[in-house]
Amino acid sequence: MKEEIIIAGFGGQGVLSMGKILAYSGVMQGQEVSWMPSYGPEMRGGTANVTVILSDERISSPIVQDYDTAIVLNQQSMDKFESRVKPGGVLIYDPNGIVRLPERKDIRIYEISATEEAARSGNIRVFNTMILGGYLKVCPVVSFENACLGLKKSLPERMASLIPANTAALQRGMEIIRQIS
Amino acid sequence: MEEIRLMKGNEVIAEAAVRCGCDGYFGYPITPQSEILETLTMMRPWETTGMVVVQAESEVAAINMAYGGASCGKRVMVSSSSPGISLMCEGLSYLAGAELPCLVVNVSRGGPGLGTIQPSQADYFQAVKGGGHGDYHLIVLAPGSVQEMYDFVSWGFDLAFRYRNPVMILSDGVIGQMMEKVVLSAPKPRWSDEQIAEMWGSWAVTGKPASRTRNIVTSVELDPLRQERFNHKLTDKYRTICEREARCEMVGCDDADYVIVAYGSSARISQKVVELAAEDGLKVGLLRPITLYPFPEREIERLSHRVKGFLSVEMSMGQMIEDVKLASRCRVPVYHFGRTGGVIHTPTEVYEALKSNFLQK
Repeated sequence: MKEEIIIAGFGGQGVLSMGKILAYSGVMQGQEVSWMPSYGPEMRGGTANVTVILSDERISSPIVQDYDTAIVLNQQSMDKFESRVKPGGVLIYDPNGIVRLPERKDIRIYEISATEEAARSGNIRVFNTMILGGYLKVCPVVSFENACLGLKKSLPERMASLIPANTAALQRGMEIIRQIS
Repeated sequence: MEEIRLMKGNEVIAEAAVRCGCDGYFGYPITPQSEILETLTMMRPWETTGMVVVQAESEVAAINMAYGGASCGKRVMVSSSSPGISLMCEGLSYLAGAELPCLVVNVSRGGPGLGTIQPSQADYFQAVKGGGHGDYHLIVLAPGSVQEMYDFVSWGFDLAFRYRNPVMILSDGVIGQMMEKVVLSAPKPRWSDEQIAEMWGSWAVTGKPASRTRNIVTSVELDPLRQERFNHKLTDKYRTICEREARCEMVGCDDADYVIVAYGSSARISQKVVELAAEDGLKVGLLRPITLYPFPEREIERLSHRVKGFLSVEMSMGQMIEDVKLASRCRVPVYHFGRTGGVIHTPTEVYEALKSNFLQK
């Protein structure tokens, strides 16, 4: 098993932490992992993205050209990464802020209205774990139990009180993701 | 007690320093290595091991604080990124001239000048050929993973004290910023003053007992003949280092037609190229220098009798390629490929460059 994922959106959406939870979940599952962020001016208000690789074997390059899965959370990321999903791969997007829908016919496309759902639940900050839940429903690269452990491991201890809401969001994300094509 | 964690390359430098008994860290924030100072500050080692952590007023101050600590036989470390390392170069020359052990970490970024804050490998010349003035060398280690960032801290201190020479870990923004699994070793205590006096009392400033003359730590010499003699002694030391300490990793080189030479993050990217080439039935190997000074000349020389060519892959306009040409005696073509200025090449780009250089000419 080897899964190369790009998660891309605005700085502040929790893109990097979502990647970290996923990478830590891989560690819990006994996989090799790498987490390579964009950093610098772009994460200070612009777009932010992170490449996460989960693999049963030693990971060579943490930098890749094309991805098995792209999770895009704004239009700029859609424009940049739709073309870089491998044929047969997966594209997941949140329709909030998306004005041009993806057009590829050779990949599986999923929509998850996590912004809306998180706002409805009264806690917009769990938006990213909800997306992660949706992703894990579509691509069960790690078990739900290990995702919960990854969540716990990637939060500092002083933020332990946030775990229940995020676990619920993981679950909710699995329920609300739907296939478009 | 070993422990597995998911950490950034920069964070493990801090963790490794504390765990291997480092006495002092001096630094000044600069992207992409600020997490080293941040992590140390959060760890508060001055409350546990007694390690000193100082955010100096500048890089120039930081390297000279390290000079002071090293003069006393302490294990001291500084870190910075490219422009900050340039500021430290005067101090590095003084450390080498005074034969002081010190660990320097460069998490390099795009240049020249203030440049960019994205990853780059354009500080190769500065690291292995000088940077500072005079006939000196740093020992330069090039980690290719987060685990090696961790392991090379302890190794770097060992080399620094064995040869009384500054050691540089030359990394870049990719390895510094990425997270991977890392196995953390059990913490080792700092050396006591008595241990330092016993091990390094022949040169370190540890307090003069009546039984010996005073130790003087300096890099100034007024007599040119004595300076020349000292430079010969330094060069003998570098020769010993070259004979004993060169390290490299070779992947698929035994029957390779073409060999990529790449270090650090470029080696990781090139390893993927070796996989892509194998899928196409091409025999491509990877030689990854683990030490950049000393350079793994013997292995490259040996391969140069047999392979059809080398491709030096580095995130620069071509610096290490000069050492590949020298080591291979230019017996076969040596090409360079690399994105620069903070742009990271992808495996696909490197593979295309390999094919266009060797197969379509």
